[in-house]
Amino acid sequence: MATDKTQLLQTRDGRDVPATEATRPGVLLTPPVDIFEDADAITVLADMPGVRPGSLNIDLHEGVLTITGHVDAREPEGEMPVFQEYQAATFQRSFALSEAIDQDAIQATLRLGVLRLRLPKAERAKPRQITIKTE
Amino acid sequence: MIVRQVSPWSLGWSAPTTGVAEMRREMERLMERLTGGVADGGAAGVFPPMNVSQDGDHYYVRALVPGIDASQLEVSVVNQTVTLSGTRQPLQEQGASYHRKERMEGPFRRSVTVPAAFDGARVEAKYVDGILTLTLPKPEAAKPRRVSIQSA
Repeated sequence: MATDKTQLLQTRDGRDVPATEATRPGVLLTPPVDIFEDADAITVLADMPGVRPGSLNIDLHEGVLTITGHVDAREPEGEMPVFQEYQAATFQRSFALSEAIDQDAIQATLRLGVLRLRLPKAERAKPRQITIKTE
Repeated sequence: MIVRQVSPWSLGWSAPTTGVAEMRREMERLMERLTGGVADGGAAGVFPPMNVSQDGDHYYVRALVPGIDASQLEVSVVNQTVTLSGTRQPLQEQGASYHRKERMEGPFRRSVTVPAAFDGARVEAKYVDGILTLTLPKPEAAKPRRVSIQSA
Protein backbone atom coordinates (compact mmCIF):
# COMPACT_ATOMS: atom_id res chain seq x y z
CA MET A 1 0.00 0.00 0.00
CA ALA A 2 2.48 2.54 1.20
CA THR A 3 4.71 2.02 -1.80
CA ASP A 4 1.90 3.11 -4.15
CA LYS A 5 1.88 6.55 -2.71
CA THR A 6 3.69 9.38 -4.29
CA GLN A 7 4.97 12.48 -2.61
CA LEU A 8 2.83 14.86 -4.58
CA LEU A 9 1.15 16.29 -1.57
CA GLN A 10 2.20 16.65 1.99
CA THR A 11 0.03 17.72 4.82
CA ARG A 12 1.34 20.51 6.89
CA ASP A 13 -0.15 20.33 10.28
CA GLY A 14 -0.49 23.09 12.78
CA ARG A 15 2.86 24.40 13.80
CA ASP A 16 4.77 23.38 10.69
CA VAL A 17 3.15 26.13 8.72
CA PRO A 18 4.96 29.40 9.12
CA ALA A 19 3.14 32.66 9.58
CA THR A 20 -0.35 31.41 10.21
CA GLU A 21 -1.47 34.00 12.66
CA ALA A 22 -5.14 34.09 13.38
CA THR A 23 -6.55 37.23 11.87
CA ARG A 24 -9.94 36.73 13.42
CA PRO A 25 -10.89 36.22 17.00
CA GLY A 26 -11.95 32.74 17.96
CA VAL A 27 -10.58 29.27 17.74
CA LEU A 28 -8.54 28.00 14.84
CA LEU A 29 -9.43 24.40 14.14
CA THR A 30 -7.78 21.80 11.98
CA PRO A 31 -10.46 20.11 9.91
CA PRO A 32 -10.16 16.32 9.69
CA VAL A 33 -9.28 15.28 6.14
CA ASP A 34 -9.27 12.23 3.92
CA ILE A 35 -6.66 12.23 1.21
CA PHE A 36 -6.64 9.65 -1.50
CA GLU A 37 -4.98 9.24 -4.81
CA ASP A 38 -5.94 7.56 -8.03
CA ALA A 39 -4.24 7.47 -11.40
CA ASP A 40 -5.34 10.96 -12.44
CA ALA A 41 -5.65 13.02 -9.33
CA ILE A 42 -5.32 13.45 -5.62
CA THR A 43 -8.56 14.15 -3.81
CA VAL A 44 -8.81 15.91 -0.46
CA LEU A 45 -12.01 15.78 1.56
CA ALA A 46 -12.26 18.11 4.54
CA ASP A 47 -15.05 18.33 7.10
CA MET A 48 -15.95 21.97 7.55
CA PRO A 49 -19.48 22.06 8.91
CA GLY A 50 -21.17 25.44 8.81
CA VAL A 51 -18.86 26.89 6.19
CA ARG A 52 -20.61 28.49 3.24
CA PRO A 53 -18.99 28.98 -0.17
CA GLY A 54 -18.79 32.72 0.47
CA SER A 55 -16.71 32.27 3.62
CA LEU A 56 -14.37 29.65 2.20
CA ASN A 57 -11.01 30.74 0.96
CA ILE A 58 -8.65 28.54 -1.01
CA ASP A 59 -5.25 29.99 -1.47
CA LEU A 60 -2.32 28.68 -3.46
CA HIS A 61 0.93 30.44 -2.83
CA GLU A 62 4.43 29.17 -3.54
CA GLY A 63 3.30 25.58 -3.68
CA VAL A 64 1.37 25.70 -0.41
CA LEU A 65 -2.35 25.20 -0.68
CA THR A 66 -4.24 26.65 2.26
CA ILE A 67 -7.93 26.19 2.89
CA THR A 68 -9.62 28.52 5.33
CA GLY A 69 -13.29 28.52 6.23
CA HIS A 70 -15.04 30.81 8.65
CA VAL A 71 -18.16 29.70 10.43
CA ASP A 72 -20.50 32.58 11.02
CA ALA A 73 -23.28 30.42 12.37
CA ARG A 74 -23.10 31.58 15.93
CA GLU A 75 -26.07 31.14 18.15
CA PRO A 76 -28.67 33.80 17.47
CA GLU A 77 -29.18 36.65 19.92
CA GLY A 78 -31.10 35.73 23.02
CA GLU A 79 -30.02 32.10 23.16
CA MET A 80 -28.22 30.93 26.25
CA PRO A 81 -25.90 27.93 25.97
CA VAL A 82 -26.91 24.93 28.07
CA PHE A 83 -23.84 22.95 27.15
CA GLN A 84 -21.29 23.28 24.42
CA GLU A 85 -19.04 20.77 22.76
CA TYR A 86 -17.99 22.96 19.87
CA GLN A 87 -17.82 26.63 19.17
CA ALA A 88 -17.93 28.85 16.14
CA ALA A 89 -14.47 28.81 14.72
CA THR A 90 -12.21 29.13 11.74
CA PHE A 91 -11.08 25.98 10.00
CA GLN A 92 -7.65 26.09 8.48
CA ARG A 93 -5.24 23.61 7.01
CA SER A 94 -2.33 23.76 4.65
CA PHE A 95 -0.85 21.30 2.20
CA ALA A 96 2.44 21.46 0.36
CA LEU A 97 1.93 20.57 -3.28
CA SER A 98 4.61 19.18 -5.49
CA GLU A 99 5.13 20.66 -8.91
CA ALA A 100 3.67 17.54 -10.42
CA ILE A 101 0.17 18.80 -9.61
CA ASP A 102 -1.53 20.71 -12.38
CA GLN A 103 -2.13 23.75 -10.24
CA ASP A 104 -4.34 25.53 -12.77
CA ALA A 105 -6.81 22.67 -12.91
CA ILE A 106 -7.59 22.34 -9.19
CA GLN A 107 -11.32 21.97 -8.57
CA ALA A 108 -13.16 22.65 -5.33
CA THR A 109 -16.74 21.82 -4.40
CA LEU A 110 -18.46 22.40 -1.10
CA ARG A 111 -21.48 20.32 -0.23
CA LEU A 112 -23.16 19.68 3.12
CA GLY A 113 -20.21 21.10 4.98
CA VAL A 114 -17.64 18.92 3.24
CA LEU A 115 -15.02 20.43 0.96
CA ARG A 116 -13.83 18.28 -1.90
CA LEU A 117 -10.64 19.34 -3.59
CA ARG A 118 -9.50 17.60 -6.70
CA LEU A 119 -5.86 18.10 -7.52
CA PRO A 120 -5.17 16.69 -10.98
CA LYS A 121 -1.74 15.32 -11.65
CA ALA A 122 0.28 16.95 -14.34
CA GLU A 123 0.73 14.80 -17.42
CA ARG A 124 4.27 13.77 -16.59
CA ALA A 125 3.33 12.56 -13.14
CA LYS A 126 0.74 10.02 -14.31
CA PRO A 127 1.73 6.41 -14.30
CA ARG A 128 2.37 5.16 -17.77
CA GLN A 129 2.10 1.65 -18.97
CA ILE A 130 4.90 0.72 -21.22
CA THR A 131 4.21 -2.10 -23.56
CA ILE A 132 7.07 -4.32 -24.34
CA LYS A 133 7.33 -5.52 -27.85
CA THR A 134 8.77 -8.84 -28.61
CA GLU A 135 10.46 -9.49 -31.84
CA MET B 1 -23.34 5.09 22.94
CA ILE B 2 -22.64 8.19 24.89
CA VAL B 3 -25.42 9.75 26.85
CA ARG B 4 -24.83 13.18 28.25
CA GLN B 5 -27.05 14.31 31.01
CA VAL B 6 -27.65 17.95 31.38
CA SER B 7 -28.58 18.29 34.97
CA PRO B 8 -31.33 20.73 35.72
CA TRP B 9 -29.66 21.28 39.08
CA SER B 10 -26.33 22.46 37.80
CA LEU B 11 -27.31 26.08 38.13
CA GLY B 12 -28.23 25.78 41.75
CA TRP B 13 -27.15 23.19 44.30
CA SER B 14 -24.73 20.74 42.83
CA ALA B 15 -22.56 17.84 43.72
CA PRO B 16 -19.12 18.79 45.04
CA THR B 17 -17.44 17.32 41.96
CA THR B 18 -19.36 19.54 39.57
CA GLY B 19 -17.09 22.46 40.25
CA VAL B 20 -14.03 20.36 39.47
CA ALA B 21 -15.51 19.15 36.20
CA GLU B 22 -16.44 22.68 35.24
CA MET B 23 -12.92 23.85 36.01
CA ARG B 24 -11.45 21.10 33.89
CA ARG B 25 -13.69 22.02 30.97
CA GLU B 26 -12.67 25.63 31.32
CA MET B 27 -9.01 24.58 31.31
CA GLU B 28 -9.51 22.47 28.19
CA ARG B 29 -11.20 25.36 26.48
CA LEU B 30 -8.28 27.59 27.35
CA MET B 31 -5.71 25.09 26.10
CA GLU B 32 -7.61 24.67 22.89
CA ARG B 33 -7.59 28.37 22.34
CA LEU B 34 -3.82 28.42 22.78
CA THR B 35 -2.86 25.44 20.70
CA GLY B 36 -5.73 25.02 18.27
CA GLY B 37 -7.51 21.72 18.45
CA VAL B 38 -8.71 19.26 15.88
CA ALA B 39 -12.38 19.84 15.16
CA ASP B 40 -13.58 16.44 16.19
CA GLY B 41 -15.64 17.51 19.14
CA GLY B 42 -15.05 17.84 22.82
CA ALA B 43 -13.86 14.34 23.49
CA ALA B 44 -11.89 12.17 21.11
CA GLY B 45 -14.05 9.78 19.17
CA VAL B 46 -17.34 11.39 20.11
CA PHE B 47 -19.33 11.99 16.98
CA PRO B 48 -21.13 14.19 16.32
CA PRO B 49 -20.26 17.10 18.59
CA MET B 50 -23.43 18.73 19.87
CA ASN B 51 -24.42 22.02 21.43
CA VAL B 52 -27.56 22.69 23.40
CA SER B 53 -28.91 26.16 24.00
CA GLN B 54 -32.18 27.70 24.99
CA ASP B 55 -34.23 30.83 24.85
CA GLY B 56 -37.56 31.62 26.46
CA ASP B 57 -39.64 29.39 24.23
CA HIS B 58 -37.35 26.70 22.86
CA TYR B 59 -34.42 24.44 23.37
CA TYR B 60 -32.04 24.19 20.44
CA VAL B 61 -29.93 21.14 19.81
CA ARG B 62 -27.25 21.50 17.16
CA ALA B 63 -25.01 18.77 15.84
CA LEU B 64 -22.09 18.91 13.43
CA VAL B 65 -22.79 16.15 10.94
CA PRO B 66 -21.06 17.21 7.73
CA GLY B 67 -21.44 15.25 4.54
CA ILE B 68 -24.48 13.20 5.45
CA ASP B 69 -27.62 13.34 3.37
CA ALA B 70 -30.65 14.38 5.38
CA SER B 71 -32.27 11.05 4.47
CA GLN B 72 -29.50 9.23 6.33
CA LEU B 73 -30.20 11.04 9.59
CA GLU B 74 -32.74 9.89 12.12
CA VAL B 75 -34.00 11.86 15.08
CA SER B 76 -36.18 10.39 17.78
CA VAL B 77 -37.48 11.91 20.97
CA VAL B 78 -38.51 10.20 24.20
CA ASN B 79 -39.48 12.30 27.20
CA GLN B 80 -36.59 14.72 27.71
CA THR B 81 -34.15 12.87 25.51
CA VAL B 82 -33.31 13.47 21.89
CA THR B 83 -31.48 10.74 20.03
CA LEU B 84 -29.67 11.37 16.79
CA SER B 85 -28.49 8.45 14.75
CA GLY B 86 -27.34 7.84 11.24
CA THR B 87 -24.65 6.44 9.06
CA ARG B 88 -21.88 8.18 7.32
CA GLN B 89 -21.33 6.17 4.18
CA PRO B 90 -17.75 5.31 3.46
CA LEU B 91 -16.62 6.42 0.04
CA GLN B 92 -15.97 3.62 -2.35
CA GLU B 93 -13.29 4.93 -4.59
CA GLN B 94 -12.09 2.45 -7.13
CA GLY B 95 -8.36 2.03 -7.30
CA ALA B 96 -7.61 4.82 -4.88
CA SER B 97 -4.91 4.57 -2.30
CA TYR B 98 -5.31 6.49 0.90
CA HIS B 99 -2.77 8.89 2.30
CA ARG B 100 -4.90 9.97 5.24
CA LYS B 101 -8.21 8.94 6.68
CA GLU B 102 -9.20 11.17 9.55
CA ARG B 103 -12.88 11.74 8.87
CA MET B 104 -15.23 9.64 10.89
CA GLU B 105 -17.35 7.14 8.99
CA GLY B 106 -19.84 4.42 9.74
CA PRO B 107 -22.87 4.37 12.01
CA PHE B 108 -23.22 6.72 14.95
CA ARG B 109 -25.75 7.37 17.66
CA ARG B 110 -25.92 9.99 20.36
CA SER B 111 -28.46 11.07 22.91
CA VAL B 112 -28.86 14.34 24.70
CA THR B 113 -31.12 15.00 27.63
CA VAL B 114 -32.39 18.53 27.93
CA PRO B 115 -33.22 20.06 31.33
CA ALA B 116 -37.00 19.97 31.02
CA ALA B 117 -39.71 18.27 29.04
CA PHE B 118 -40.57 19.55 25.58
CA ASP B 119 -43.35 19.02 23.11
CA GLY B 120 -42.07 16.08 21.09
CA ALA B 121 -44.76 16.37 18.45
CA ARG B 122 -43.64 19.84 17.43
CA VAL B 123 -39.91 19.30 17.17
CA GLU B 124 -38.49 20.82 14.01
CA ALA B 125 -35.31 19.72 12.30
CA LYS B 126 -33.27 21.65 9.80
CA TYR B 127 -30.08 20.59 8.07
CA VAL B 128 -27.92 23.30 6.53
CA ASP B 129 -24.24 23.20 5.53
CA GLY B 130 -23.59 20.08 7.57
CA ILE B 131 -25.19 21.38 10.76
CA LEU B 132 -28.39 19.83 12.03
CA THR B 133 -30.53 22.15 14.14
CA LEU B 134 -33.39 20.77 16.20
CA THR B 135 -35.88 23.20 17.67
CA LEU B 136 -37.70 21.81 20.69
CA PRO B 137 -40.66 23.89 21.88
CA LYS B 138 -40.92 24.23 25.64
CA PRO B 139 -44.24 23.41 27.23
CA GLU B 140 -46.09 26.32 28.81
CA ALA B 141 -45.00 25.27 32.27
CA ALA B 142 -41.30 25.48 31.39
CA LYS B 143 -41.47 28.95 29.87
CA PRO B 144 -40.28 31.82 31.97
CA ARG B 145 -43.13 33.85 33.33
CA ARG B 146 -43.06 37.21 34.92
CA VAL B 147 -44.80 37.20 38.26
CA SER B 148 -46.17 40.48 39.34
CA ILE B 149 -45.68 41.31 42.98
CA GLN B 150 -48.48 43.03 44.76
CA SER B 151 -47.66 45.28 47.61
CA ALA B 152 -50.18 45.59 50.33
